[in-house]
Amino acid sequence: MTGDVAVLGAGMHPWGKWGRSFVEYGTAAARAALADAGIGWRDVQSVVGADTVRGGYPGYVAGATFAKALGWQGARVTSVYAACASGAQAIATARAQILAGLADVVLVVGADAAPKGFFRPAGGDRPDDPDWLRFRVLGATNPTYFGLYARRRMAVHGDTLEDFAQVKVKNAACGALNPHARYRTAVSAEEVAASAVVADPLRLLDICATSDGGASLVLSSMEFARRHGATDPVRIRAVSTVTPTYPNTVLDLPDIATDSAAGVEPDGASFRSSIARAAYEEAGIGPEELSLAEVYDLSTALELQWYEDLGLCAEGAAAKLLREGATAPGGRIPVNVSGGLASFGEAVPAQAIAQVCELTWQLRGTAGARQVTGARVGITANQGLFGHGSSVVAVR
Amino acid sequence: MTRTRTPVVAGWFAGEGEDFRLLGTRCSACASVYFPRQDGACRNPGCAGGDLVEVPLSRRGRIWSYTDARYRPPEPYVSDRELPWEPYTLIAVELAAERLVVLGQGVPGVSVADLEIGMEVEVVPGLLGEDGDEASGTAWTTWHWRPTGVTA
Ligand SMILES: [Zn+2]
Repeated sequence: MTGDVAVLGAGMHPWGKWGRSFVEYGTAAARAALADAGIGWRDVQSVVGADTVRGGYPGYVAGATFAKALGWQGARVTSVYAACASGAQAIATARAQILAGLADVVLVVGADAAPKGFFRPAGGDRPDDPDWLRFRVLGATNPTYFGLYARRRMAVHGDTLEDFAQVKVKNAACGALNPHARYRTAVSAEEVAASAVVADPLRLLDICATSDGGASLVLSSMEFARRHGATDPVRIRAVSTVTPTYPNTVLDLPDIATDSAAGVEPDGASFRSSIARAAYEEAGIGPEELSLAEVYDLSTALELQWYEDLGLCAEGAAAKLLREGATAPGGRIPVNVSGGLASFGEAVPAQAIAQVCELTWQLRGTAGARQVTGARVGITANQGLFGHGSSVVAVR
Repeated sequence: MTRTRTPVVAGWFAGEGEDFRLLGTRCSACASVYFPRQDGACRNPGCAGGDLVEVPLSRRGRIWSYTDARYRPPEPYVSDRELPWEPYTLIAVELAAERLVVLGQGVPGVSVADLEIGMEVEVVPGLLGEDGDEASGTAWTTWHWRPTGVTA
């Protein structure tokens, strides 16, 4: 396909709370991706950095920060910020440059050193910022929203706390097999149930932690890949970065209210499902062709929501899909075989890139103990604050 | 003297007692309602653009979902760190006439055990927190959702 770009290299810095700067994590991940691609840093024609919002001023200019740390060599540079979708936008930018013929080889990097505890808005008195307002006016943290979605699913679809716990059990078992993951021990349903309630009905072990981490990809044109000897590389076939359509009728971070449906009848599709739909349409691939999915499990309940939004099952049938084992390793459509955010924690600019790293290793068949047998097609799904969509389809 | 009562955000709510209302705006062209208020241009991409007129929102609605805050939220939420943390509920309420969902804190004393999806609630004036001393400080006012079965 003419729209494909090759994934020549993928690399990560192990996730965890390491107490170092995001620059170190990003450059370590970048060096790993370059080594994996078998190319030198000087061969890279463009660098795209996914920005961190914390970590001070350099975080806002991540592309150049990483380029400087790797050694100025004159490459084109871009820095993108789209909250949790920053990594997907970095990939989208790199892909667009390659498809437009502006560059043959692009390095994508995202890394963060996350603070402890709840994410919070940038400082200062900023009543024009919805993210600041929800904290100031309501004390509504991210887990508040996850709790609202979880409770809603229980009431509308009959999901149970045990279902939520089983998502954590599944993902922790996968994470235990992943050397890049922060948490590498199995978790039992009893441990989930015994952990403290954070935002009813969700408990500490239902909600992902904040982490440090870095992830990087080397993307190239198919022509460059061939010249480089990569005859059958993993290819990125679609990157969805869509916004919602008005009216967005599901209460979403960081808003205090939904759009009103009084003026326009909603089209029936949720924002999350539209992210996936755009990716499928661009890729010319449907959910039935997927070998695996890496989804944004900020909470256990949210992973179930993604099953439906990705079309892995009908609306309301996610818990059934989970209970059948379809989304576990060896199942019909394994989800978060990397261990997911449940095992990695959030390093905002890195996580959408890390999802594609996992797809790359899975589609190459080099994922070791967590390998999905015969993986040919994978999708990632993610969502960035303020209405940033994020989904990538990769094929082999 | 008492603390000066000041809305936590200007223009989002008004009135006392039974007359307390959330304030939004409505587009005169397409009837879309905005909360928090939208005062520039209508955000409906299919709307030719009308005047955005202030409207009080429905006083009563039904619970879309709810949760609580078992841990102290970070700043800019204001809370007295000298005092032990008291969880409060957060309730997302569907307003039928406006066809939108508005999040708010539940009234003090209501816990998640008292709530159910679909339950009717009404908007009431609430106190978000207090700054400074009794004589010159500020009492920040807000809105709370209260189940209509509860009169406390
Ligand atoms: Zn309008």
